[in-house]
Amino acid sequence: MSMISENDLHAYVDGELDPAREAEVEAHLAADPEAAQRVAGWRRQREALHAQFDSVLHEPVPARLLERPRARLPLLRMAAVVAWVAVGGVAGWALRGIAPGTSPHAIPLAHQAAVAHAVYVPEVKHPVEVGADQEQHLVAWLSKRLGAQVKAPHLNELGYSLVGGRLLPAADGPAAQFMYQDAEGRRVTLYVRTDVRENRETAFRYARESGVSVFYWVEGNLGYALSADLEKGELLRVAQAVYHQLNP
Amino acid sequence: MSDFGRQVEEHVPRLRRYARALTGDRHKADDLVQDALERAWNKFHLWRPGSDLRAWLFTIMHNVFVNQLRQGTLADLGVPLEQEALEVAGSAGQEQALVLRDLDAALQRLPSEQREVLLLVGLENLRYEEAARVLGVPIGTVMSRLSRGREQLRRLMAGEAAGATLTVVK
Repeated sequence: MSMISENDLHAYVDGELDPAREAEVEAHLAADPEAAQRVAGWRRQREALHAQFDSVLHEPVPARLLERPRARLPLLRMAAVVAWVAVGGVAGWALRGIAPGTSPHAIPLAHQAAVAHAVYVPEVKHPVEVGADQEQHLVAWLSKRLGAQVKAPHLNELGYSLVGGRLLPAADGPAAQFMYQDAEGRRVTLYVRTDVRENRETAFRYARESGVSVFYWVEGNLGYALSADLEKGELLRVAQAVYHQLNP
Repeated sequence: MSDFGRQVEEHVPRLRRYARALTGDRHKADDLVQDALERAWNKFHLWRPGSDLRAWLFTIMHNVFVNQLRQGTLADLGVPLEQEALEVAGSAGQEQALVLRDLDAALQRLPSEQREVLLLVGLENLRYEEAARVLGVPIGTVMSRLSRGREQLRRLMAGEAAGATLTVVK
């Protein structure tokens, strides 16, 4: 029998062990009353939680939680995005002014990302500071500098492979840029910046800045902007893949 | 879309149970659930049909919860307890004896990260792996928070007894 760890005891209480290991833990508990007592205490905690809160399951659900957000903000926002994508820039621009939740910080996010994109994408020799061959180091480094866990999504399924990334100055501090490239050398960049003032989730928004298409959104305290010289529908596809990977 | 709506509805009672235990307050809990559902509707086009909707909804609610804590919408009473709880366990300060009415109050004294893990695993029966995904942390972090959370909760509940004993001795 291998050593029984503290984690094994918790896993035993939570039913996470396979039968063989479970039997080993039971044997251990039979011989160790002190451990058995702790395990019994944890079980009592579980039972107490259910005794305390299970009644909520049987309460009638307040009507406000079951309403479809018909005329609510989210659908309006979605409608705006759909309009941008489907109808095009003019309609998008017109809707943009009335889209709820458009904050003054949101525009700089798309703008900064587009500028960074335009500056580094044409680079042949030094497109990135740290290459994809050192991906772990790259992600750890940028996470440390931004003070937040950033991730480099993998877009190989869409035909884009990671080139690498770099650290950039944003308005109030550091930003990160990841660069991707497809077989034809078309490049897409993902710009990430800590955006604490915004600090709310938003739907995807689209902007076109100096010939660069940008989808941008805010998730928690991070602002993301995906830039490319791609047609909107195609870029949206990439943006959704990025979003899925960041929010599995 | 109505399909999505029906599926979401099935999960609402459990979201409410979790939120109630997490916030310790009926109204705050339902506000949290409402915000999470609104966000889910906002992003439902990003949900992959066939993937685990419950985990997705709990993840969204976790993110909303964390944002609200950060913005101060929800007060996080969960101050680091280590020291305080030890003082109660020892015979040090009688004045500092914690008065804990019940489990509900004890939970609110836990740091929110520990409370979340304790409830996702102990109340909502999420597997460690699922809890890790919902919270966006490695499984090892789930384990250590669970372990610390359970120990803190035990001490808090014991602290109640210790406080009572001290009062009697006095």
